[in-house]
Amino acid sequence: MNKLKSYAASKRGRDTLLCFGIVIIAYIIVQAAIAGGGISSQIKGLLVPICAYVVMAISLNLTVGILGELSLGHAGFMSVGAFAGIVTTTCLADAIPLAPLRLAVAMVVAGLFAAIAGVIVGVPVLRLKGDYLAIVTLAFGEIIKNIVNVMYLGLDDAGLHFSLVNQNFQLGDGGKMIINGPIGVSGVTKLSTFTSGVVLILVTLFFVLNFVNSRTGRAVMAVRDNKIAADSIGISTSHYKLLAFVVSAAFAGMAGTLYAMNFSTVTAAKFDFNTSILVLVFVVLGGLGNIWGSIIAATLLTLLPELLRGLSNYRMLIYAILLIAMMLFNNSSFKVRLLEKRAMRQMEKAEKAGGKKEGA
Amino acid sequence: MKKTLSMLLAGAMLATALTGCGGSASSSSDSQNSGSDSTASGTAFKIGGTGPLTGAAAIYGNACKNGAQIAVDEINAEGGDIQFELNYQDDEHDAEKAVNAYNTLKDWGMQLSLGSVTSKPCEATAAENYSDRIFALTPSASTVAVTADKDNVFQMCFVDPNQGTASAQYIAEQKLGTKVAIIWKNDDVYSTGIHDKFVEEAKTKGLQVVSDNTFTDASANDFSVQLNDAKSKGADLVFLPMYYQPASLILTQANSMGYKPKFFGVDGMDGILTMEGFDPKLAEGVMLLTPFNADATDEKTVSFVKKYKEQFGETPNQFAADAYDCVYAYKQALENAGATPDMSAEDLCDKMIEQFTSMTFDGLTGEGMTWDETGAVSKSPKGMVIENGAYVGM
Repeated sequence: MNKLKSYAASKRGRDTLLCFGIVIIAYIIVQAAIAGGGISSQIKGLLVPICAYVVMAISLNLTVGILGELSLGHAGFMSVGAFAGIVTTTCLADAIPLAPLRLAVAMVVAGLFAAIAGVIVGVPVLRLKGDYLAIVTLAFGEIIKNIVNVMYLGLDDAGLHFSLVNQNFQLGDGGKMIINGPIGVSGVTKLSTFTSGVVLILVTLFFVLNFVNSRTGRAVMAVRDNKIAADSIGISTSHYKLLAFVVSAAFAGMAGTLYAMNFSTVTAAKFDFNTSILVLVFVVLGGLGNIWGSIIAATLLTLLPELLRGLSNYRMLIYAILLIAMMLFNNSSFKVRLLEKRAMRQMEKAEKAGGKKEGA
Repeated sequence: MKKTLSMLLAGAMLATALTGCGGSASSSSDSQNSGSDSTASGTAFKIGGTGPLTGAAAIYGNACKNGAQIAVDEINAEGGDIQFELNYQDDEHDAEKAVNAYNTLKDWGMQLSLGSVTSKPCEATAAENYSDRIFALTPSASTVAVTADKDNVFQMCFVDPNQGTASAQYIAEQKLGTKVAIIWKNDDVYSTGIHDKFVEEAKTKGLQVVSDNTFTDASANDFSVQLNDAKSKGADLVFLPMYYQPASLILTQANSMGYKPKFFGVDGMDGILTMEGFDPKLAEGVMLLTPFNADATDEKTVSFVKKYKEQFGETPNQFAADAYDCVYAYKQALENAGATPDMSAEDLCDKMIEQFTSMTFDGLTGEGMTWDETGAVSKSPKGMVIENGAYVGM
């Protein structure tokens, strides 16, 4: 018990418990609400997208917050994962009839594909710094979008058929187009559930938090804070950079599968620059390097435009204004003062507690 | 880095805010009452639809919303047994947002759905319609996947492939040309769908496709290669299955190189005459297949166009007319079925499936429309030719 207490008192422990706590408590509350019937179909429909965006935000936080490199193409990895996941679930429809297992396998495959994409992009790109990296990742996101837009992939008894730009194959009887060029994917069997989303969040949290708090994570942060110093003590900077980037890409891919399997149709155009920016907004608003902040920001900002529907055409305007207000608050001296006050109070408490101990 | 980042994000947000503004500005007068023009709730059928009311595709979403609104107002003013309450929700032309909008409408108590305005979002909402057993009649989502494998999703517009088939038949029957060139956009669902069926049908009708060239979003600013190819192969008719923006450029370039074949378009060509910066003279003699013509002189169209102009200050396009027809088709089906507003969406769904597969409907966009079990409409397209800056039936 004491061990847990002292763990919770440390900053690292507090953050970890907070992350898992938020997710598990939210899950219990929502499940109770669903069981009690006190939840609108609007919120119900948002649950899986929220889970997907939370995983996206956590994974991007690894690149932007922990590694300190600005990536504007995160939706590209989501796209790779989404389409890899769809292809996997379609191919395995007969082999694995159990839906949750099929989804899990698809996520692993999607994660692998996204990781491969991460290596391909990461190796040349991570030699760049700052704005240059941002621009190249942005270009990567667009490239992925355009490739998927001209990709034709079909499945029949003979196996998978693939062609680029024009459909050069004919499917046999009972064959099915999986990715149909610009038309994208139609008629997906929905596999994602809220529970699977929460499980993915928990797995991501477990992995990312342990990664951050490990020797590797400290090395990554050392690279972020001062590359030259890190180099000088023998840390292989490009190795650690690539590692963090690829892990981040892999989880984005899994989030992509979760997202895609929640809708009956997906097109490459969905995973464009705007989606990348959206996820970046979650991360920045939640605080760079702050994992539980990302979870809350992603949830809040996905819910917000839907809850503002009552305002009709003004909602996007209000949404944007609220975003600006939140960003300003995040950077304001007012927030700094609030944080200082809290720190003071905690110190006082600690002093008092310390005094008591000495007295006793 | 933090500073760059905050500047960047501020910029991105500003852009979002501006697009939002643009959308709401164009939807003009009715932005306040978009929720519902309710005549006492509970006695009216609740119709819901989603469409892009903001963003790049807002022109289509708002047209549908306005068209449907006019029909609902007319019906409610008549004061008959059937009264409607209309609720249009913004989906930003995004499948994810469309599902959110659909769920919002479900919470509102939607009994009949107008699906979504654009194809991809409609595919997503149609799947929900199917699993929730809420009947849907989409004014304008035209891909086959919208209605595929769903018994309760119907379309008011032509399916893309049908337009291709109909165009080829029309060209062959009217003997408009024998050597056909096609220029189409191969990264676009609409254009690809029409092109494929056109080529298929052209073969059986004995039309000769001599030149078949593509462009994409990125290369939609120069068509000299495609036009030269068509010219050198002696095409006497150029088929343009695309929206009016690239078509306007093709007409301009063909004119400047002195190439004067017949041009034949589809319903996406509607809008070319009012396009800013385009000389309507260049469109003289262009033929197109479209179900709706705002210059038609029949009573229904005249009254609709007049009302639309009064309320929204612009000439209605095909989308508005389709949405208007949707509401009237619902009215007719509900009357035939003897449905009452207190029925559940599920009961209405069964009745509507029965009605729509058996009834015949006359509307702005066609006479004697019927629907088959797949949900596709069958109506005869009207061939139009542009003469003196106006559509004339041919």
